[in-house]
Amino acid sequence: MSGILARTVQLGVKSLLLHKLRSLLTTLGVLFGVSSVIAMLAIGEGASAEAQEQIKQLGSQNVILRSVKPPEDVNSNQTTRLIEYGLTHNDFSRVTKTYPWVENAVPVRILQQEVRYDAKAMRPRVMATEANYQQATGRMMHEGRFLTAADDFNVSNVCVLGYEVARELLPLKSPLGQRIKIGTEYFTVVGTLLPRVPIGDDIPLPGADVTGEIFIPLTTGARWFGEMQVKQRAGSREMETVELHEIIVHVDKAENVERTAAACREMLRRNHDQDDYEVVVPLELLARAEETKRIFNIVLGSIAGISLLVGGIGIMNVMLATVTERTREIGVRRALGAKQHHIVFQFLVETVVLSVGGGLAGIILGLAIPIGVEHFADMRTIVEPSGPILAFGISVSIGLLFGLYPAWRAAQMDPVEALRHE
Amino acid sequence: MEKNNPVVADLGNIGRVYKMGTTEVRALDGIDVSFKAGEYWAIMGSSGSGKSTLLNILGCIDRPTFGNYVVNGYNVNDLNDDELSQLRGRELGFIFQSFNLIPQLNMLENILVPVFYQDNPRPDAEERAYMLAERLGLADRLDHRPVELSGGQQQRVAIARALINDPPILLADEATGNLDTQTTGEILELFDELHEEGKTILLVTHEAEVGAHAERVMWLRDGKVDRVVENHTVEAGS
Repeated sequence: MSGILARTVQLGVKSLLLHKLRSLLTTLGVLFGVSSVIAMLAIGEGASAEAQEQIKQLGSQNVILRSVKPPEDVNSNQTTRLIEYGLTHNDFSRVTKTYPWVENAVPVRILQQEVRYDAKAMRPRVMATEANYQQATGRMMHEGRFLTAADDFNVSNVCVLGYEVARELLPLKSPLGQRIKIGTEYFTVVGTLLPRVPIGDDIPLPGADVTGEIFIPLTTGARWFGEMQVKQRAGSREMETVELHEIIVHVDKAENVERTAAACREMLRRNHDQDDYEVVVPLELLARAEETKRIFNIVLGSIAGISLLVGGIGIMNVMLATVTERTREIGVRRALGAKQHHIVFQFLVETVVLSVGGGLAGIILGLAIPIGVEHFADMRTIVEPSGPILAFGISVSIGLLFGLYPAWRAAQMDPVEALRHE
Repeated sequence: MEKNNPVVADLGNIGRVYKMGTTEVRALDGIDVSFKAGEYWAIMGSSGSGKSTLLNILGCIDRPTFGNYVVNGYNVNDLNDDELSQLRGRELGFIFQSFNLIPQLNMLENILVPVFYQDNPRPDAEERAYMLAERLGLADRLDHRPVELSGGQQQRVAIARALINDPPILLADEATGNLDTQTTGEILELFDELHEEGKTILLVTHEAEVGAHAERVMWLRDGKVDRVVENHTVEAGS
């Protein structure tokens, strides 16, 4: 039996090679179908894994309250404006004191200051915050220590550098103990953080700036830099006062996240007369990301499915043409003793050879595309083994499914008619 | 000379009726002939006389509308499609006017096609293919494709293919119709040889000189046997 199969496959390949270009074009349909299935799955999987990782970094037990600048009054033509908005210290104390399941809340101010060391200067985000920021966000130390309650109490001029800042400002030596200048003041570096995966710009997250972060005690920040920031523009000056840019609310259990978020929304709605805040719930983002992934997969799956279907129809079309063209051969074979199933088998094998050939080439291309995407588009991709296996299975099934009808037609031919066919 | 040989193909009141809309066309209308083993027949007649239809029925690629056809003891009416296919490959060797080799296969593979479809293929098929090729002067052409050969060579391959399963009956449909005079002569000599070896040869032709090689000529007319002529001279001369 295996001998018959081998011979039939050999014969099928020979028959296909008789029309090289046609066979090649036919396999292209399956090739692109299969490779797009694999590539789309890999890219989709990579993108969603990245988004989920980012969201998890925010902490699934966190609710993030954030100040949002209210829309500007377009008609105002004042040259000097004073805007006051955002979260307040009162909001912060309400959050910490009202809900028993809130383990702690971390206030964050984000300052626009230049940071210098020697001749080097950069503008990272200067985050004035408290010691428990590290615990709430799960950031890991690279060396040294994070800010402590004592730093806050003593209004110390100490700072912790984010990985990018440390690498940029002090690439050659350990920053620990070095003094760097933030704005007009000198700060001693007490620690550096490990890097975290860069955060995409589709979801606005705290500390998302690739230029890096520096952490200083909240009290120190208030002491040297105040709460008012001045922005100079052509012909106008804008001063904005924001008490707190963010409050990271850390709750005891993930189940309590939702009600904390609802309570915070309600509390903020009552105490703010303008829409100058937002409540970000990483857990909700996670759920939304899952949902997005699901929709994404359905859409990708449908597109890939359609392209495979088109490929299959292409194969069927060519096989029907082939059967018509080889009517005489079918008649001869029947006259020489071929049973109907021999003819079915012969044409089915040809179709499967076509689709499997296309499928294998498609898998190679499908594995190459994610590598290319990763290299050139700098996107993460994940090829799950199920992708190529699925695609291969589909291409074999397409060969069988779309080959069955042409093969059946071939076998049903009347040998006398077939022999008479020119 | 083979008067007492068994009957290998027996046609009993064979008819073949085609329906063309409401009218019926009787391509064959009650043929009664018995072909004995080792006989050499030519089937002749004008076009439309039913000779091709008769050959299709003899070759078991068509079934009679009425009547019985018994090949080597098997009544065609009792066989299903698969069994009939087996019978074709085993008992009958087909030789066509336009050779009908399979273009994607080389000569050796073409010769072996009927073996491939047999339920119990002979184990020595490949050796036999070489032997036949040797005999038909094709030994150095076995790896060539049909397009690379002349008509005469292609027809020799087709004859080798018809002989590969060693069937008792050879059916030739205008086997020399596409060949020049010299090649026609060579092929007909080959048929004479095969006849000598005991093959039953049934040959459809419209050329009198081809028919003259056979022992008997059966003339068909309007689907009926018109007359059977014995070719004593040719028999005596061969």
